[in-house]
Amino acid sequence: MKQKKDRVSFALSLLTHIAAAITILCLLFIIAYILIRGVPNLKPSLFEWEYNTDNVSMMPAIINTIIVVLMTLVIAAPIGIFSAIYLVEYAKRGSKLVKVILLTTETLSGIPSIVYGLFGSLMFVISMKMGLSIMAGSLTLAIMVLPTIMRTTQEALVAVPDSYREGSFGLGAGKLRTIFRIILPSAIPGIMSGIVLSMGRIVGETAALIYTSGTVAQVCTNIFAPGSTLAVHMYRLMSEGLYTEQACAVAVVLLVFVIVMNSLSSYLGRKLVKG
Amino acid sequence: MQLRENAMRIVFMLAACFSIVAVFFICFYLFINGLPAIAKIGPMNFLAGMEWAPSNNLYGIFPMIIGSIYVTAGAIVVGVPIGILTAVYMAYFCPKKIYRIVKPAVELLAGIPSIVYGFFGLVVIVPLIQDAFHTSGNTVLAASILLGIMILPTIVSVSEASLQAVPDSYYEGSLALGASHERSVYFVCLKAAKSGVLAGVILGVGRAIGETMAVIMVAGNQAVVPGSLLHGVRTMTANIVLEMGYATGLHREALIATAVVLFVFIMIINLSFSALKRKEAKA
Amino acid sequence: MSNMSEVKLSIQDVNLYYGDFHALHGITMDIKANEITSFIGPSGCGKSTLLKSINRMNDLVEGCKITGDFLLDGQNIYKDIEVNTLRKRVGMVFQKPNPFPMSVYDNIAYGPRTHGIKKKAELDQIVEEALRDAAIWDELKDRLGKSALGLSGGQQQRLCIARALAIKPEVLLMDEPTSALDPISTGKIEELTLKLKQDYTIVIVTHNMQQAMRISDKTAFFLLGDLIEFGDTEMMFSTPKEKKTEDYITGRFG
Repeated sequence: MKQKKDRVSFALSLLTHIAAAITILCLLFIIAYILIRGVPNLKPSLFEWEYNTDNVSMMPAIINTIIVVLMTLVIAAPIGIFSAIYLVEYAKRGSKLVKVILLTTETLSGIPSIVYGLFGSLMFVISMKMGLSIMAGSLTLAIMVLPTIMRTTQEALVAVPDSYREGSFGLGAGKLRTIFRIILPSAIPGIMSGIVLSMGRIVGETAALIYTSGTVAQVCTNIFAPGSTLAVHMYRLMSEGLYTEQACAVAVVLLVFVIVMNSLSSYLGRKLVKG
Repeated sequence: MQLRENAMRIVFMLAACFSIVAVFFICFYLFINGLPAIAKIGPMNFLAGMEWAPSNNLYGIFPMIIGSIYVTAGAIVVGVPIGILTAVYMAYFCPKKIYRIVKPAVELLAGIPSIVYGFFGLVVIVPLIQDAFHTSGNTVLAASILLGIMILPTIVSVSEASLQAVPDSYYEGSLALGASHERSVYFVCLKAAKSGVLAGVILGVGRAIGETMAVIMVAGNQAVVPGSLLHGVRTMTANIVLEMGYATGLHREALIATAVVLFVFIMIINLSFSALKRKEAKA
Repeated sequence: MSNMSEVKLSIQDVNLYYGDFHALHGITMDIKANEITSFIGPSGCGKSTLLKSINRMNDLVEGCKITGDFLLDGQNIYKDIEVNTLRKRVGMVFQKPNPFPMSVYDNIAYGPRTHGIKKKAELDQIVEEALRDAAIWDELKDRLGKSALGLSGGQQQRLCIARALAIKPEVLLMDEPTSALDPISTGKIEELTLKLKQDYTIVIVTHNMQQAMRISDKTAFFLLGDLIEFGDTEMMFSTPKEKKTEDYITGRFG
């Protein structure tokens, strides 16, 4: 027979379950609310090519977002992956340089996005004279997502069994060949999961972009022209106060994107675990 | 062949040094642009000044520092208990089947863009407070609740990871002494994981203090020290975003100086986080 | 092929340190061509360590320091031969089968490709030859494009032997190649090893004394970093010269 719980245990158990329920309900409520309010506002006109004050189409912002995501990843992914390769495959554990790299990476991951935005505006927009541009925004975001890509790649590389390395070295392959032919291919799901995670952050980012890539709601004509991404677009619609319904529609698009990215990322993560 | 190996080794090393360069440039640009302003305004007038009125050349950011601290403290009160309890649930109470739902849910909570949280706060939390207290809904309370939800995933995932790292033998040892499941979990396992849990809380604090877009939507943004939970508040982050667009001259520099102060706050938080993590790794 | 009595590998006064730990004490021995030499001894005696020094896999271990000389056909392997060339000449099969996560074909072709062979026809031929030499061609010829990770443990290990053979080494090092396998697979690999000695010089580390007796010409017994006894396998197991060897092979410790 199961013994009756004492009062403290019962209270603890109750509190635990309530807290977990609150966490889940928060999420469900936010998602349900946004979907229920937003989906009816997802009118085809919001996806027209042209943006104007009569029809605040989000299509230009979607295109800008895609461009910013691609440019940011083109800059950040190689640097992040190469850094991780250095840390895992080359550097001696506990060397001074490694300690400094790890410390600065941790610092980067803690800096708030508005500080990134301010820095990007000071360095790229003003000092390097790029002006408010997609380029300045992407450079800023590249620094911002670098720690994420580095960390996930590091984890993925560490998870590659040493026996693969031994096998390759044992056949007389050099370090580079071992890295590019054996280690990286085995680590690809993990690396991809980090990149997908970064895509989610780039798409959702607002504060770092307002003063770097600007809030112009047109498709950028070249990489040194300004253009707002979807999240910045939503901010602008909200701050003008006239377009709550449309902002809600944008929120739906952002939310759907984040859900897709998250599932993709954890799917890739699981694939890595299975090997 | 050997040449290529060595060349690539250097390429990898340079890539790895990029984060050092980035941190250096961030510090450099912020401090070069921000510190002169602090000197011009006077450190005391800047940090402890009660009035922020750029049109009258008054640049006191004390209300914003207090504002940031208030909403962060509020977020802790809301988010930390729920977060830690949820982590305990995931680590010790949750059947495998439910875990497979809860875990991605927490990850998703972390992935929702802050502008979407801000929207949610603006259209749901603010009106609720408005109706309940018959005041303006843009308040410390609204910001605290919203930030509390936003830092949940950080606290949950860090705490859960450190709870998972507690050796099973602790739990079993406690059970063997006749303690109940709940008592074992809370008085033995949670205690053993406390530095990891604390690290999670600190990371959450960092998130809360640095959050911008969600806060400006719900906090009211008045640059005065709030008298109660039901007053409006402006954080340091909000100060920067709201005025950077049109500020010039000393006003603009004062905003950058605000970012310097924020950066120093974040650095202190980060350093205590890594100190704690190192302590946990040793233990 | 080389003369039966020719010395292939000469190990001269080798000491090895992992940091402060002195793992091998002044080992000296000659390994002859086209013979199978087994290294036996209890865990931690240094037999695997010595084996891994022969193709410099110990270079990967941080804090590992080696003094003394290894001469492969008279060339000093730490001074006169580039490390990747050495590993091409001295192949290795590991304790646990470690096929790469790619197809059977690509696993075998990895070595030759590494050493510059790119032509498809040539690679096809090498792959087939290597698989035939490893006595696994018939089992795998229809699955060349399938992932090597789907093979059984015994097949994986023979694939790894084939992979090592594909770069046409002179010496083949085997580090307890059957310890992770079932008896039937073990038998197949022993049979294969005996066949391979016609073309290769083989050094095998084994925990299993019966295995050493069954397949090797020479046996070396190690204990706590010392080479206690080294000689003809038959002699050693029938009339060991050293008391410690006798104690070990009669099962008094280890």
